[in-house]
Amino acid sequence: MSAPTTPAPLNPDGSRRTFMKQAGGFLGLALAPPFLSQAERLTALSKKVEGVSTISLKVNGTVRAIRAEPRVTLLDALREYLDLTGSKKGCDHGQCGACTVLVDGKRVNSCLTLAIMTQGKEVTTIEGLAKEGGELHPMQAAFLKHDGFQCGYCTPGQIMSAVACVQEGHAGSEAEVREWMSGNLCRCSAYPNITAAILEAKGQMG
Amino acid sequence: MNNFSYIQAEKPKDATAAKRDDKSAAFIAGGTTLLDLMKSNVENHDQLIDVNLLPFRGIEMTKDGLRIGALERMSDVGAHPLVAQQFPAVAESLLLAASAQLRNMASIGGNVLQRTRCGYFRDTAFPCNKREPGTGCPALEGDNRNLAILGTSETCIATSYPGDLSVALTALDAVLTLENSKGKQRQVPITKFYLLPGTTPQRETVLESDELIVAVTIPQTAAARKSKYLKVRDRSSYAYALVSAAVGLEVQGGTVRAARVALGGVGTQPWRCFEAEKALVGKPATEATFRAAAELALRGAKPREHNAYKIEMAKNTLVRALSEVAV
Repeated sequence: MSAPTTPAPLNPDGSRRTFMKQAGGFLGLALAPPFLSQAERLTALSKKVEGVSTISLKVNGTVRAIRAEPRVTLLDALREYLDLTGSKKGCDHGQCGACTVLVDGKRVNSCLTLAIMTQGKEVTTIEGLAKEGGELHPMQAAFLKHDGFQCGYCTPGQIMSAVACVQEGHAGSEAEVREWMSGNLCRCSAYPNITAAILEAKGQMG
Repeated sequence: MNNFSYIQAEKPKDATAAKRDDKSAAFIAGGTTLLDLMKSNVENHDQLIDVNLLPFRGIEMTKDGLRIGALERMSDVGAHPLVAQQFPAVAESLLLAASAQLRNMASIGGNVLQRTRCGYFRDTAFPCNKREPGTGCPALEGDNRNLAILGTSETCIATSYPGDLSVALTALDAVLTLENSKGKQRQVPITKFYLLPGTTPQRETVLESDELIVAVTIPQTAAARKSKYLKVRDRSSYAYALVSAAVGLEVQGGTVRAARVALGGVGTQPWRCFEAEKALVGKPATEATFRAAAELALRGAKPREHNAYKIEMAKNTLVRALSEVAV
């Protein structure tokens, strides 16, 4: 996958993440346009977009603008432009589920979604699950309680997928959970614990 | 992924005209196949035309059958009560495919056009007649375990369509509605939509470069109501079919009155088995009848070094699917 067109220069301390945090905050303030509704988007985007343009994304309830090319995926926009590194890049081809986020309430692979096509939609990432003040979402708490991970790399994707799985009504039994969670791979094979966590959280999600 | 320009089409003509004027452009709906292949440099497009705002939506019964808008998503169609009740093979083919995430993203039109999983096609380090005509086919003598045994040629043995939905649509005589840049629509039966590889494996369907899939219509029949999609794969979920069968039967008083049979995973295109259907009609709905039909369906199969197992597997899959719908 290609890097953003404007490569982020390294800070003296070598921390690219620190730079992105600062740059993201700065750009966000400077460029944030009003959030486009679907109708406004029609006219706004009916002409061809070439090269870098302003893309406005509503993530976890906050509208933020980035300057990026059309080829930038939602996953890269989240991680490299908005500093929301909870969503993970595993295979980058829609095969592992580590990048799973919700778009308008539905779970999708953000690595196969273009950021430019996500304008006007509501994106929810792992960073948006806990309540303000830090109280964990029942699914997060259940993953902790049941030890639903080992290395943790697939966990944000597992949790986002699990939240959707319950909301869809596909968590009726262990077999159903396993079938409907099959798009999220765990190389540590924590599946029994993940399944147990989902079945418990289902009762608390209301 | 190479860089590209992006345009969001508001009207069908905006999309089809943009495609007509730029041979290197591609339509994008869900993007699950397209972006995957573009990231691997298997496909390179200098323009993507977003078709998601076009009015190709809706799942409704018409006089010609169930009409599904090409932009409906796999998850929505698979869960729709009309599909589940009247066309179970279609619902099953959708819900057994891919993952919940991909099904939320992928459109019906895009699914019909998904491309082969042949490892040589998907890896640009290798020659491939489908990707670069005339360069050769390493699959003939290479890793061909998941490739085709029916409809192959000396230039290509890929299961050109690797998915599930089109196998069910092929069994049930679905018709695709296509629209071109002049705004003209035409109807193409799905059994005539895909092309055999022959000497031109790069040409996979009859779709013209300025044409867009608008809708899929599936005739309502007794066999469609009693239909099933059976999928056999390496993993119990989230894997492409090694072999699959879409069947529909109308049985009266123990006798088969009508039959629809198609196989997936074995042909270079979704494989309709007309001979097997003829062998079923008028016969008692017994395992012996199904076994005889399965023998006919696989007649002429040309296995390679690693995929001969598909012959027996396809026969057994077909017999089991027919036995289950005959009950």
